[in-house]
Amino acid sequence: MSAVIETRGLRKEFVVRKRAGRFRRTRHAIAAVDGVDLRVEAGEMLGYIGPNGAGKSTTLKMLTGVLHPSGGDVRVCGFEPVPQRVRLARGIGVVFGQRSQLWWDLPLRESFDLLRHIYRVPPSEHAARLARCRSMLELDPFLDTPVRQLSLGQRMRGEITAALLHGPAVLFLDEPTIGLDVVSKQSVRAFLAEVGARGDTTVVLTTHDLADIQRLCERLVVIDHGRVVHDGTLAALHARYGSRRRVVADLDAPLDRPVAVPGADLESTEGGGARLTYALDQPPGALIAALAQTGVLRDVKIEEPDIEEVVARLYKDR
Amino acid sequence: MAEYYRLFLAQARGQAQYRASFWFDVAASTGFGVIDLLGVLVVFHASGSLGGFTQAEGLLIAALAGAGFALADLVVGSVERIRNYVRTGLFDAVLLRPLGALGQLIAMDFAPRRAGRAVLCAALIPVTAVGAGVQWTPVRLLVAVLAPLCGAVLFGAIFVATATVAFWWIDSGEFANSFTYGGRDFSTWPATIYGGVFRRVFAYGFGFAFAGYYPALILLGRPDPLGGPPWLAWLSPLVAAVAAVVAGLFWRRGVRQYRSTGS
Ligand SMILES: Nc1ncnc2c1ncn2[C@@H]1O[C@H](COP(=O)(O)OP(=O)(O)O)[C@@H](O)[C@H]1O
Ligand SMILES: [Mg+2]
Repeated sequence: MSAVIETRGLRKEFVVRKRAGRFRRTRHAIAAVDGVDLRVEAGEMLGYIGPNGAGKSTTLKMLTGVLHPSGGDVRVCGFEPVPQRVRLARGIGVVFGQRSQLWWDLPLRESFDLLRHIYRVPPSEHAARLARCRSMLELDPFLDTPVRQLSLGQRMRGEITAALLHGPAVLFLDEPTIGLDVVSKQSVRAFLAEVGARGDTTVVLTTHDLADIQRLCERLVVIDHGRVVHDGTLAALHARYGSRRRVVADLDAPLDRPVAVPGADLESTEGGGARLTYALDQPPGALIAALAQTGVLRDVKIEEPDIEEVVARLYKDR
Repeated sequence: MAEYYRLFLAQARGQAQYRASFWFDVAASTGFGVIDLLGVLVVFHASGSLGGFTQAEGLLIAALAGAGFALADLVVGSVERIRNYVRTGLFDAVLLRPLGALGQLIAMDFAPRRAGRAVLCAALIPVTAVGAGVQWTPVRLLVAVLAPLCGAVLFGAIFVATATVAFWWIDSGEFANSFTYGGRDFSTWPATIYGGVFRRVFAYGFGFAFAGYYPALILLGRPDPLGGPPWLAWLSPLVAAVAAVVAGLFWRRGVRQYRSTGS
C-alpha cells in the first residue's frame, strides 16, 4: 500500500438512548460515519469538509486511533490505528481546534521540551523544527506564558507547533482556524500552506472557513450524513454544482440594446443599467468583446466562482 | 519509563502553583491511616478477641492489608479520575500521545503526598508482627515483605477494573470508590468474622482475604480457622496476578468502548 491513508467502508455508529416515557428508554444506533472510502497519497493536502454533524471529527478520531471503528478497514502510515495506536502516534501530528493537547499550567516552552522527551526526538532535530515554527508563527512573545493565559490564536499557534515537533508524516487538523481573529487566521493559513508546499507532510484538514479551503486545499472530500458526496478538486466541485464565473461590467450609460452572447446570462442590473452582472458558462472573451463594442464600457471585472455559494448549495441539498 | 517520569514532573510542576502545602497533605494522609488503625484497636479492646484473633493478631492483619491498599492507592488510586477524562473527552489527548494510556493517567495524577499512609502501614508491619509474637524465619520475612506488594497489586487491579466502568457508564459517580473502599474495609478484619455468601464472594471471589488475612496466618504459623487447606494461604501472588490480568483485559475493552464527545 503506497497510500498514507486508506479506508474502506469505514463506519462508526453511536448508540444513543432516548427517553421514551417515564422510565423506558429506547436505544438506537446512529451512523456518524457511514461507509467512507478514502485514499490519500503522501504529500497531499486534503480538505475534509461538510456541514455540522456530518462526521468529520469522528472520521479523524478513527484515523488517529482515538475511536474504534464499528466497521470497515483503516490504515494510516501502514498501521491499524487502534491496535497500533502508540506506534501510529509517533508518526502523526494532531490538532483539535476545540480541545487542547498542551499542558494547561506549563509555559509553551516547557510543553515543547516535554514533547521532545515523550516523542524521543533528537535534540538537534527538535531545535531546528522549533526554530522554524518560532519564526513563522511568531511564538517568541508568549513562549514563557502558561498555556491557560494564552489567547485562542496564540494557543492555536502553540498547538500546531506541538503537533509538528516530532516531524510527523501526516498532520491532522480539525477546525484549526475556528474562532481565531483575522490576523491569527492568516498566520495559521500561511504556515499551513508552507507545510503543504514542502511536500514531506501529508495534511488532512477539516474546516468551515471557506478561505482556508480556497487557500489550502487542492483536493476536497465533502461528506454529509457520514457519506462522501464529493471527492475531487475545487474546480470539479464548481463544475458539478454548476457554479459559474461572473463578469461585472460598469458602463458610462445604459445600453440601448441588450448584449446577447451564448453562454452568458444577464444576472442582475444595478444603478439603472450602470452595472451589469453576467454569469458565464464559457470563457469570458466573447462577452467582453461584445461589451467593448457598445462603446460605453468603463470597467470590467471577472469574479471567480464563489466557493461559499457552492458549499451553501451543497449543504442546502441535504 | 523516563517519559512517564517526565510527564509526572511536568504535572507536579504545574500543580505546585495551586498547592497550599505538601506537608499538610502528607500529615493528613498519615492521620487518616492512624485513625483507621485506632478504630481496629478500639474494637478489639472492647471485645477482647474477634473471630478467634487477639488484638495483636488483628492489628497485624490490618497493617498488612492497610499497607497493600495504601501502596495501591498511592500509585493507581487516581485512575478513578478517568471518569472525568471520559466525560469531558480529555481522554482524546491521552490517546494521541505515543505512550500507554494507563501509564499516562498514573503519571499525570500521581500524588506523592498520599504516601503518608503507605509509609505508616508498612512501618507498622514489623511492629505488629513482634507484638503478635511472630517467630521469624527467612520465609516469613519474605512473606512480610511480599504480602503488601501482592496486596498492592490486588487492590491496584480493583482500582483499575472498577474505574473502567466509566467507559460504559459515564455517570458512574462513586461506584468505583465504594467498591475499592469496601474492599479495604473488608480486608482490615479477620475473614472469620464474616458469614456465608458474603464472605465467599469478597474473601475468595474478589480475593480480599489474600491481602491481610492469609499472609498473617503464615506469619503467625496458624492453620486456617475457616478450614482451608494449608496451601491456600500461599496463593496471594497468584491471586494478585490473576486480578492484574483481569483488570488489564477490562481496561482494554474499556478503551475500545471509549466514544469521545461530539465536536
Ligand atoms: N461521542 C458521541 N456520542 C454520541 N454521538 C456522537 C458522539 N460524537 C459524535 N456524535 C454524533 O455523530 C455525528 C457526527 O459528529 P461529528 O463527527 O462530531 O461531526 P462534525 O465534526 O462533522 O461536525 C453527529 O450526529 C454527532 O451528534
Ligand atoms: Mg467536528
